[in-house]
Amino acid sequence: MNNLIKQKDILGFGALAVIIIVLPLFVESKYYFIVLNVIGLNTIVVVGLNLLIGFAGQISLGHAAFYGLGSYFSGILTVNYGFPLWPAMVVGMMATGAVAYLIGYPSLKLRGHYLVMATLGFGIIINILMGELEQFTGGHDGLMGIPPLAIGGWVFDNDLKNFYLIWSFVFLCMVAARNLLNSRVGRALRAISGSEVAANSLGVNTADYKVKIFVLSAMFASISGSLYAHYITFISPSSYDFHYSIQVVTMVIVGGMGSLWGSLLGAGVLTCISEALHIAKQYHIIAYGVFLCLVLVFLPEGVLMGITNFLVKNKDKAANYKNGLT
Amino acid sequence: MYSSDYILELKDISKNFGGLQAINHLSLKVEKGLIFSIIGPNGAGKTTAINLITGIYPPGSGHIFFEGRNLIRKSPYQVAHMGIGRTFQNIQVFQNMTVRENIMVGLHSRSHSGFLRCLLYTPMVRKEEKIIRQKTDAMLEFLDLDSKADLRVAGLPYGDQKRVEIARALAMEPRLLFLDEPVAGLNLQETKEMSRTILKIREKGITVILVEHDMNLIMDISNIITVLNYGEKIAEGSSKEIQNNPKVIEAYLGKEF
Ligand SMILES: Nc1ncnc2c1ncn2[C@@H]1O[C@H](COP(=O)(O)OP(=O)(O)O)[C@@H](O)[C@H]1O
Ligand SMILES: [Mg+2]
Repeated sequence: MNNLIKQKDILGFGALAVIIIVLPLFVESKYYFIVLNVIGLNTIVVVGLNLLIGFAGQISLGHAAFYGLGSYFSGILTVNYGFPLWPAMVVGMMATGAVAYLIGYPSLKLRGHYLVMATLGFGIIINILMGELEQFTGGHDGLMGIPPLAIGGWVFDNDLKNFYLIWSFVFLCMVAARNLLNSRVGRALRAISGSEVAANSLGVNTADYKVKIFVLSAMFASISGSLYAHYITFISPSSYDFHYSIQVVTMVIVGGMGSLWGSLLGAGVLTCISEALHIAKQYHIIAYGVFLCLVLVFLPEGVLMGITNFLVKNKDKAANYKNGLT
Repeated sequence: MYSSDYILELKDISKNFGGLQAINHLSLKVEKGLIFSIIGPNGAGKTTAINLITGIYPPGSGHIFFEGRNLIRKSPYQVAHMGIGRTFQNIQVFQNMTVRENIMVGLHSRSHSGFLRCLLYTPMVRKEEKIIRQKTDAMLEFLDLDSKADLRVAGLPYGDQKRVEIARALAMEPRLLFLDEPVAGLNLQETKEMSRTILKIREKGITVILVEHDMNLIMDISNIITVLNYGEKIAEGSSKEIQNNPKVIEAYLGKEF
């Protein structure tokens, strides 16, 4: 069985790698490249957030802020201070992790639902600061002229190159998440969501683990935010508002809490829906709400598990299949 | 290394829940390597005593020593790392995981890889995983769960879930194990098997503190029995002494008998 899981993993990641390499051959328009790249960026955030929601049983309503911190650290450090690009991204990731620790430590040690409140407030404050700290952030007009990333002399200056860059990060983040889940720490996280008191009695420092997984999920979001800033080369506060936090939480739930491949699916499906709707942003959240309700009512374990259940038509088999996927 | 005959000592422990005195000046000494049973009517404070020792609640007053080290103000995870395992009266298995994975969590305190190492799946993680797998296999065999290793716990019969919980606690390689009503809800056959399992655990050199209502089991396998009533110790001794103790009979049957 465990070998089976490993084999399924290798198969899954092999298929993902092949699809990433081959897919651009079939994509012709710039528009579809942008959609695919946005799916990739969202997937990184959603995979990180799913570690928090699906495995540690905690919810964050402020991931737009961590995504935004990544973007703004990269943007401000490179544009205003001439920082080298990759180090700026690493600094952004570390700083975002530190900020997440400062939010997570008090709210998670206090137990209960403080993390939801704390991240909600934090997200709103950060979004306001992006607009108000004009001398650093460029205010509501945004920050322009962020240089594209480069390796040596190779500059990621078009949609295709960014596709490979972003999706390489998606791949690495998913492998890292899978590694984590297949080892001691991942089992401890799943134990926490199963029974916190039992996990604690078996030696898991549950409060510490919850803080750490929250920090890690914020760092995933930060990486994605940096990639976004260097890809689009322009950032402004409206990309990091409460809508985005809700969007990524919805992607986690639609894809399936605790399902890694579901995260990819959730990000893909909902990004496409957003794009297909072509309506004003404030109506997006209504569409998301409706979609979320439909999923929770009809496919409470997420789209991926829902489809699996339907295909296998055997709950036990599906449950064991899920074990293989999670 | 600590070398007293007593592995656990409670000195004058009290606990009240908003006026209700759940544990009342309780003192206990538990000798190493024995099956030490705690009995008493419902609400006597048996589970509360376990929760105080394992760090779930802070005691109101008193001292607790495990192998000579103070347990007061230790969190449950620290108590676990010190070598104390437990099960729960209202079973607390990880329903979302397989039998094997449940037991693997039991080996958490016996392994060390942190977040960064696990994310990168370093050679150290690989090595630890291998050891964890071997020890888990041994524990699956010890509790006769091999055939169910890769099934999700959620779908298993109650008796199996109880064995999973014990296997998981034993995987910690504890020196002291609390079992809170391990045969409650089991049928006769399962109770017999559980009785044999508890004896096998003692054979491993693990001290067992057993809380149970099944008097046949208690009288059969206990080395020492302590009786609690309203949070106080009312008697302690061998099965024979306890069976003939008028205070115990009164606590269980009421004054009129
Ligand atoms: N967390 C708690 N809060 C309030 N009262 C409690 C709590 N835990 C136990 N009690 C009370 O303490 C007394 C002892 O309970 P318990 O230790 O569970 O008894 P036993 O395990 O011997 O049946 C009972 O009266 C119970 O209602
Ligand atoms: Mg009890």
